[in-house]
Amino acid sequence: MTSKVREADAQRAANDGATITPLPGRAGPPLLSHDAVARNPGMPLDLGWLETMRQVNRSALERRAATLAKRRSIKADNQAAWLLRAVSVMDLTTLNSNDTHERVRRLCAKAVRPFRQDLVEGLGIAGVDIRPAAVCVYHPFVATAVSALAGTGIHVAAVSTAFPHGLSPLKTRIEEVEASVADGADEIDVVIPRGLVYESDWTMLYDEIAAFRAACGDAHLKVILGTGDLSTLRNVTLASMVAMMAGADFIKTSTGKESVNATLPVGLAMVRAIRAYHERTGFQIGFKPAGGISTAKSALDWLVLMKEELGRPWLEPELFRFGASSLLTDIERQLEHHLTGRYSANHRHAMA
Amino acid sequence: MNILQRYDAMDYGPAPEARNEADAWLAHRDLGKALFIGGAWRSAERGATFPTEDPATGETLAIVSDAGTRDVDAAVAAARQALPKWQAKSGYERARILYAIGRAMQRNQRLFAVLESLDNGKPIRESRDIDVPLAIRHFLYHAGFAQDLENAFPGKVGVGVVGQIIPWNFPLLMLAWKIAPALAAGCTTVLKPAEFTPLTAILFGEICAQAGVPRGVVNILPGGPEAGAALVEHAGVDKIAFTGSSEVGKIIRTATAGSGKKLSLELGGKSAFIVFEDADLDSAVEGLVDGIWFNQGQVCCAGSRLIVQENVADTFYAKVRARMAKLRLGSPLDKNTDIGPLVAAVQRERVSGLVAEGSRQGAQCWQPDIMLPATGHYYLPTLATGVSPANILAQEEVFGPVLAAMSFRSADEAVELANNTRYGLAASVWSETISRALQVAPELKAGVVWINGTNMFDASCGFGGYRESGFGREGGREGMLEYLTVKTPVGRAIKPRPKRADTPEPAEAAPFLDRTAKLFIGGKQVRPDGNYALQIGDRKGKLAGEVGLGNRKDIRDAVQAARNCRAWGEATAYNRSQVLAFFTENLWARSDAFAARLVELTGVRASVARQEVEAAVERLFEHAGQADKFEGRVHQPPARAVTLALHEPVGVIGIVGPDEAPLLSLISLLAPALAMGNTVVAVPSEQHALVATDLYQVIEYSDLPAGAINIVTGRAAELAAVLARHDDVDGLWLIGDADTCRLAEAESVGNLKRVWTGGGRTVDWNAGPWAPEALRQRAVEIKNVWVPYGD
Repeated sequence: MTSKVREADAQRAANDGATITPLPGRAGPPLLSHDAVARNPGMPLDLGWLETMRQVNRSALERRAATLAKRRSIKADNQAAWLLRAVSVMDLTTLNSNDTHERVRRLCAKAVRPFRQDLVEGLGIAGVDIRPAAVCVYHPFVATAVSALAGTGIHVAAVSTAFPHGLSPLKTRIEEVEASVADGADEIDVVIPRGLVYESDWTMLYDEIAAFRAACGDAHLKVILGTGDLSTLRNVTLASMVAMMAGADFIKTSTGKESVNATLPVGLAMVRAIRAYHERTGFQIGFKPAGGISTAKSALDWLVLMKEELGRPWLEPELFRFGASSLLTDIERQLEHHLTGRYSANHRHAMA
Repeated sequence: MNILQRYDAMDYGPAPEARNEADAWLAHRDLGKALFIGGAWRSAERGATFPTEDPATGETLAIVSDAGTRDVDAAVAAARQALPKWQAKSGYERARILYAIGRAMQRNQRLFAVLESLDNGKPIRESRDIDVPLAIRHFLYHAGFAQDLENAFPGKVGVGVVGQIIPWNFPLLMLAWKIAPALAAGCTTVLKPAEFTPLTAILFGEICAQAGVPRGVVNILPGGPEAGAALVEHAGVDKIAFTGSSEVGKIIRTATAGSGKKLSLELGGKSAFIVFEDADLDSAVEGLVDGIWFNQGQVCCAGSRLIVQENVADTFYAKVRARMAKLRLGSPLDKNTDIGPLVAAVQRERVSGLVAEGSRQGAQCWQPDIMLPATGHYYLPTLATGVSPANILAQEEVFGPVLAAMSFRSADEAVELANNTRYGLAASVWSETISRALQVAPELKAGVVWINGTNMFDASCGFGGYRESGFGREGGREGMLEYLTVKTPVGRAIKPRPKRADTPEPAEAAPFLDRTAKLFIGGKQVRPDGNYALQIGDRKGKLAGEVGLGNRKDIRDAVQAARNCRAWGEATAYNRSQVLAFFTENLWARSDAFAARLVELTGVRASVARQEVEAAVERLFEHAGQADKFEGRVHQPPARAVTLALHEPVGVIGIVGPDEAPLLSLISLLAPALAMGNTVVAVPSEQHALVATDLYQVIEYSDLPAGAINIVTGRAAELAAVLARHDDVDGLWLIGDADTCRLAEAESVGNLKRVWTGGGRTVDWNAGPWAPEALRQRAVEIKNVWVPYGD
């Protein structure tokens, strides 16, 4: 889709008023009922606005990020509740070169039944399915996951567009999105070619993302910026803005394959971009930090970041996700400790 | 609430810091015996006590001994007695003790933090993450200075016994800022913590005993105004270091006038927080949180005046309001508390009174709809917009969580608004354009400037004010200087000149051609306002000539001319160096004439006069050479930031010269002031004023810009008093009789000008390098500009 076409689309969306599209593909009951989030229709690429977003002071963001987690402390029952929240916004992920269908089925089983029964009862959450929002896999395993998760309400996300580098022909990348959607993925995590950011080729970046969005159809689009490759927080902010203008439903930090994963300062830059987009357009964009988030404590830090900078609505799976693989186990151990007062061990909890 | 409900609500809930250790500490002590004097714990001589309360609940935490005058006597005597042995210790020995203090504090840091929050009401996050670590760092940092003292500060020695009085807003941190450099410099100390917050100082006394501080080296006297006044007035104290209100600072300045006590004052502020259109606005909002909502706004350097560029002002205010709505008021011991109670009911009343008045004067005051605890001296964070510079909220230090906002159009206007205050403690500049930020920072009249940051502190960086925010620096090399001294090589006591000095007898013969000496103001020879003349006698008491009898209006005009001469301060240091060297050339070319004049007026032998002229030429040439070398430093705080300790001119300096060595003394005083970029109003030797009127002729053709030097002849003591009372004079250097010196110090309180006197004695201008160096140091203000970086 070219930028001209997108402009027309955006114009139409503006004329129709905000389109309210609930997160698609959910087969089971909602985890908790919340107002549906209006889907971002995107907008024409606005280079003037982009220019005003250049002022990002890394040092100041680092200071804010460093004190954020120290300003807020979550204890006792609240901590248990917040950790459950962390699970509910988790994209349980396996992205290994040696993944197999059986491995993916195991992961799905864990997503369906994340906690030991005694924990479920102890926490008083029986009957309320608190479990990961999605399972995230490579394209070949989409169908497997879809069938394993049928009827659970757990989404299937596919990483796409020549993940993790995004450097195959655009046509191929679009077809990849279409193939995953055809296989039943209702969330598509695309990567951007980071070189476009260094080239400041915002038009091409915008057009590519817009094309991915079109290929997604009803599936939700998460745009991975590969922030570890972008070098400056200014680049992170600018790429975030272009992705949102092009119609991203979520912006996501990392593939997990860059040498630097999701960091709080990067997250702060991205959520401030989301806030700016929301203030200007009224649309709420989701945020997904991914890579390296493996402890319950760090999960709480991210939740605090969302609550402080964007507010309560961004603590729902419609607007916030963790991309994580080993985080769940650490949370289970913390929850056990919460119930028993005894420190737990990994092997006491079912592996994925 | 069950877990599912909490899961839905996603609130923080209480996260209390345990206080049992602090309670146990309090329970196991009789704080009625909390005077730490000569290494022993005593009750006050009169048995007096005062309660200290938890400002969040009003609960009395402890009954603490209240030091009186006789306790101060005992403490000063103990400090005096301990001084020789402490000074005799090697730097290495003192360093090990400072290190031990720092490490012992580190081991007990949570106890310090909890006690501090209990006593002061500051959020535990701040005492735990900011105050206590900074205090510890101060001792560890200064251990290095202690060991390296002789090498780093050759020829300087510790000033002696110091009296230190600290405020309640950062009790432990201010204690560290005071005691660490004092001990490093080899001083012994008597410290009085604030009446509201004595607890951590008492714990610190225990740490001292444990860390091997010799008896009497550190004495701690909890107490009130009586103890403070007794300490300030005590003859056995060599220096007073005070942090607190400008009002009390001025009382101390007056009380110590003429006493010869060294003095450093760290007082109030109304610091500007300038936000340019090209700032990272979201980060600037967080800067404000750290600036004005840190420690409930009870911070001397709080960024209390928001000055924001007009085209982003509304956007920025909206962001500030949104952020304010996220602030949490609550128990100081709750880890989720952003804002605790003000320290006392009286503070709360003061703050709410000022906000009400500001509102009456036209400010729009806004407070977020957030939870206000039912008890305790809490005050909601407040944003006042549309605040005119004339509004009380723009002028008065509120010392509470109240931000006064106004907008500006251009950078020039921002600087003008920022400097439109009697204070000059700190400022923040937010802009992503480094060329703009580094242009504005030097233009701000403030001792500390943070670029894209706020309230950053470190032991390695100097902190202290311009103008009525006080003088002296704390932290870094510049902070050490406040506790060190070089003995001024003073001579005999100067006798006051009789009101009506003997009128010279008529000269034996009239000069070949009559000459009229005038005043030299704004680069022009002008007649004195009063149109009276002062007769100048020669060595035999015969009339040598007449000079203008300057009066207060001439001083007023001279100060105005000096203030208006921007060219000199803005000239490059190289340029100043060249001009002063040219001035030297011209002075040298007139050597014979000046020598003859000295012989004629003072009666010295020709060879002595010749020596004085040569010394003056050499002195002037030296300062010319140093004009572009007496530079600032770069500090390296433990953060990704550099701190530029810039040497900036003090401003307009009044100089009152003595009769002894009239040329050399005048040049010795003028030259360092000029070299560092100050402009000068000089009142030369009254007795030998013709030397100075000869000198202005040299100045006239030496390329100095008009107003850089102004010379007002007349009765020196009288004119000195006028200079001291002139609130647009930034510094005053005075060699004169004791009474005039005392008066100058006392009268300096109007604007807290920096006064240096010879203490009523003559000064040996030939005694080694002390004078040039010491005076260059006095000719500069050190401004610490923090430049955090990272992209």
